[in-house]
Amino acid sequence: MSAKTSSKGAVSSSGYVIYLMPGMIGFALIVLLPFLMNIAISFTQWRGVGAPRFVGFANYERLLQDGLFWVAFDHSFAFIIAMAVVPTALGLFLAALLFDYIAERFGERASSFFRAGFYLPQILPIAVAGVLWGWILSPIGVLNAALKSVGLDFLAQNWLGDPKTALFSVMFVMVWLQLGYSLVVFMSGLSRVDPSLYEAAELDGASWLQRFRHITIAMLKPEIFVVGLTTTIAALKVFAPVYVLTQGGPNNATTVPSYFAYYHFFTTSRVGYGAAITTVQTLITVVLAYFFLRLQTGQINEAN
Amino acid sequence: MVENVIKQNNGSVAVPAPSTISSTGAAPPLRRRGVAGWVVLGLLAISLLVTLYPFMLAALNAIKTPVDYGANGPVALPHSFDLSALIGFWRRVDFGQKLFNSILISASVAVVAVIISLLNAYALGIGRVNGGKALLLVVMLGVMIPQESLVYPIYYLMKSVGLFDTRLSVIIVFAVLQSAFGTYLLSTVLTSFPRELLEAAQIDGATRLQILWHVVVPLLRPTLRVLATFFFIWTWNEFLLPLVLLIANDNQTVSVAMGTLNNQYTSDPTTTAAASLLGLAPTVLFFLIFQRTLTRGIAVGAVK
Repeated sequence: MSAKTSSKGAVSSSGYVIYLMPGMIGFALIVLLPFLMNIAISFTQWRGVGAPRFVGFANYERLLQDGLFWVAFDHSFAFIIAMAVVPTALGLFLAALLFDYIAERFGERASSFFRAGFYLPQILPIAVAGVLWGWILSPIGVLNAALKSVGLDFLAQNWLGDPKTALFSVMFVMVWLQLGYSLVVFMSGLSRVDPSLYEAAELDGASWLQRFRHITIAMLKPEIFVVGLTTTIAALKVFAPVYVLTQGGPNNATTVPSYFAYYHFFTTSRVGYGAAITTVQTLITVVLAYFFLRLQTGQINEAN
Repeated sequence: MVENVIKQNNGSVAVPAPSTISSTGAAPPLRRRGVAGWVVLGLLAISLLVTLYPFMLAALNAIKTPVDYGANGPVALPHSFDLSALIGFWRRVDFGQKLFNSILISASVAVVAVIISLLNAYALGIGRVNGGKALLLVVMLGVMIPQESLVYPIYYLMKSVGLFDTRLSVIIVFAVLQSAFGTYLLSTVLTSFPRELLEAAQIDGATRLQILWHVVVPLLRPTLRVLATFFFIWTWNEFLLPLVLLIANDNQTVSVAMGTLNNQYTSDPTTTAAASLLGLAPTVLFFLIFQRTLTRGIAVGAVK
């Protein structure tokens, strides 16, 4: 082995390719190939066995006219509110409160304790959360029993079984699940903020809300972007909570694109149609991610 | 000096805990708490109690007798102590087997995905392989593609190679999917790896593999550990692909077993509580052990 002296070429790049092999072979077989297959399948009529029949854009045309797809798509917005908007806003507020109010008065230990507590639901398997909340929200469940015991019988509902309340109930569970994620990311972002910045602002007479707006939010911009992007993408492909809590029901009141696709893949065996749904979903996700990243680089350039 | 560089690199993954800062010197004096401080703390404590109340409900009702539950409702503290719901549920779903499957799958994925990520990142971040930037972009796409658009082709491919309904199929799939994120994160860290160290090792006649093992890995160890912890918990919580790929009872994970209960025990609430408690117990245990790692967050690393 020859040691070159120039600092740039000292470590030559040839010969490293072999280290990429395991990862790239795996990636090609588990991500690229299935991804391309799925797009190909979306142009066919196929029941999962036998030879697929090429049908051009027929699946996509049908998709545009399928009222249920649009209903599912509408529900995606509800999930964006429940998984991205509300947890980000609440998480920001909580993180700021813990960082520059609680930690200042009651110490780091107190704020870490709260952070850990609010985070706990986030690492619960969604399936487990589903069993737990399915029981709490069932007609003879905990919530209704609690309402009855304090004389509020009239408020008792079939929370997950009534089309009027089902979507809101699932949304509520999602906020409970997601809050911890944004809180933890924001708090770790705040740890690089110099506390004296807050002190200086306070000496200048800035109120807590002003400091929240001008220091916390301004400093956390990169984290807000990341949390916004990742949770919005997660909301667009949400599946497990719907599967476990409501199976898309009652009367499709909580169905989402992923559940809709799963239903066609594995229940009706309209694989081509399911593939078309997921291809549209992927397209929307990628476009959204692209705009988010553009927006983010724009913001950073502006800041420089 | 080298130490400092590494610490900075790790900073994106594991932000140094503020508590360690204050423990090195005199802790900053706490501010006056005042009445407002206690009120805010009280409100936060109430919110935390509400957030964690479902966990308590599961624990309190899992140990009640059905008669106690029927007479006093779910909100009351237990008047009885009875483990038969827990034992009954454990036996009925063969919970020990599910736990074993989840541990086997998650641990294997954590190890394999970290190795793949490390090898990829070594070639991309240190080797600076030609076209590495483009490759990294493709890999990042793999992180964003909704699993829904891979699920049917993976299901089909696993069937055709005879891996369907084996734990190995799930291990392979998630080792690859998780390593996409790991590759991205570690490449970023390794791009700023101190070149002097590599050059020194090279002059001493070390091969690439030796450099990886004796120079890079020791310095990256904390980051690798954090990555493995997250891979483990992410895999543990996965739902859609294991649901589709694992059919036999003996192969299913805790998540899948919980998700397919479908509220079949709503008429038997103590069993539902027992199921929830058993489902969340491993996660809570894991959380208590790795709390510091988990709550510092990994997403921040993705910003940079």
